[in-house]
Amino acid sequence: MTLTSVPITYTSGEQIEVYRFSLPVTVGVPVIALFLQAYLPRRLPFFSIFDLPLLVTIFFAMARRNPISGLFTGAAIGLAQDMLGAYPIGIYGIAKTVVGYGASSLGAKLDVENAGARLLVTLGFYLVHAAVYFTVARGMANLTLNWSWRIGILSGLANGVLGVGLYFLLDKFKQRT
Amino acid sequence: MESFLGRYRNLTILVGVLFLQVLGLAVQVKRADAGDPENTRLIRIWAVDAITPFERGLVWVQTGAGNLWHNYFYLRGVRAENRELKQEIERMRLEQVRLNEDAEQAHRLQKLLGFKEQAIGKPLPAQVIGTSGSDLSQCIYIDKGSDDGIKADMAVITADGIVGKVLHAYPTTSQVLMINDQTSGVGAMLEKSRLQGVLKGTPEGSIVLERVMSDEKVSPGDALISSGGDQIFPKGLPVGTVSQVSPGHENFLNIQVKPAADLSRLEEVLVITEKQEQNLATENNGRVRAADILAERLPSVPDKPPQGSTTGVAASKPGTTTAQAPVKPQGGVASSAKPESVKQTVAVPGDAMANANKSAANVTAVRTVSSQATPITGQATESQTKASPAKAVAPKPSLSAAGLNSGTAKAAGSSNPGQNTALRPKPATPPAKSVQPTSQDDPH
Repeated sequence: MTLTSVPITYTSGEQIEVYRFSLPVTVGVPVIALFLQAYLPRRLPFFSIFDLPLLVTIFFAMARRNPISGLFTGAAIGLAQDMLGAYPIGIYGIAKTVVGYGASSLGAKLDVENAGARLLVTLGFYLVHAAVYFTVARGMANLTLNWSWRIGILSGLANGVLGVGLYFLLDKFKQRT
Repeated sequence: MESFLGRYRNLTILVGVLFLQVLGLAVQVKRADAGDPENTRLIRIWAVDAITPFERGLVWVQTGAGNLWHNYFYLRGVRAENRELKQEIERMRLEQVRLNEDAEQAHRLQKLLGFKEQAIGKPLPAQVIGTSGSDLSQCIYIDKGSDDGIKADMAVITADGIVGKVLHAYPTTSQVLMINDQTSGVGAMLEKSRLQGVLKGTPEGSIVLERVMSDEKVSPGDALISSGGDQIFPKGLPVGTVSQVSPGHENFLNIQVKPAADLSRLEEVLVITEKQEQNLATENNGRVRAADILAERLPSVPDKPPQGSTTGVAASKPGTTTAQAPVKPQGGVASSAKPESVKQTVAVPGDAMANANKSAANVTAVRTVSSQATPITGQATESQTKASPAKAVAPKPSLSAAGLNSGTAKAAGSSNPGQNTALRPKPATPPAKSVQPTSQDDPH
């Protein structure tokens, strides 16, 4: 294994590649993720521990490496996810905005291409997403949600694992700028 | 600014996007409030929470500045207002005192007017405005004068009793000499025993009842009323009560009197501008005068004497007054009498009655003649009461039949000539069977 094969490397801005996605991918992938997130838990109850919109947000943010693009992507996906739920619109939007911004910012600093790095990044942003979500939900929407570190970490790890597989699937839609 | 936004553009946009989403979330979220049964949108709560602190701050600053100005920098106005309020409080206190005084005065006047309705004809309420300022002169000044109809020697009283008399009447004020002045004199009498005396003041300001004989029975606590003899105070007004009785000079009692009216605390008085002797009438209703009793008991000329009886003629010497009434001669008239007239003797006091007892003559009638004796037409003059006792002859049987003695006859003869004491004929009186006039008695 050479140095270039290290999953996470610290590179300069010039060394990090920036990808772009076609419009159908940019729109279609989040929609499909939202659909699956809304549909699969009815068939597969355990699937509710996954957060496909969050994984898509992290992927697009890290692939584009643009914080603005990442935050808007996260805001859009989050607001869309909120629309499907019963809670006030904006909770997921705020949380995914923060995640998109952070993921894109982190992607601009770090080269997150290998599975381990993606797993850890996904786990980390899952927890960030959960923290923001709970904060906003409890603080603003006055929702009563219970947090469990065990479930949270397990869900984070599960999303990380799912994310690693999803990211490799979505890498096929990357376009070099 | 542009460099700041350019440097932190991403972060600025992030904050902007988050703010918009938070704003959108706030628009949707409704929060139940304890005081609001319906949910309130969070955006409204936030808006209120965002705005009200500034408002509270502004109000606090404004109030603080106002308080700072009014409470610290504008103390002159506060002090002036404080002074005004204190003055207002003083005025209110004085007003309260005055109102209390007015209320007390109203009560007193009500009591006074109640008395006014009972006794006095036309009293004039007056306010005591001053005194003489000397212990030697017991005088007061009242706020009514000659312009109000007050004249000198008018009686001044209160509901409790007499006070004094008007000494001088000025146009708007009057000087009242109180009964405890040593120069005053009031006719008074004891209410029970009817003993009369003169009420006078002493140099010490007390009151004594003079001219009461030491053999009279007077005890402390006896009530004194006005006798009316002074022609100032109506009869029957309360004067005071006897407080102390001791032997005095020249067989007179020294009777200390406590005035009925509190002369040292006079405030309102009544000036009697017109006297009304209604008390006399009241008293007369329950009492029978001695003259009336005598008039009822004294014999009179019968309308028709029985046959066979003689009529005695009591005559007096010339010069003595006799009532000669030209009446028709009736049967049994004394032979010495002129047939056309019957001489009427006059009831006389003293020895006349004794002479009458000695006289065995039968008389037709003996009359106590008054100036308006009507049964027998005639006229009596004042000299009737001065008729010589020795000359007057009264028949004994008639007097004895009337049950009178000399004393009662005297009382009858000294009755008030102004009173109508004319005797009415007494048919029931038995006439004397024989009349033997003496030579002395018959002037003829």
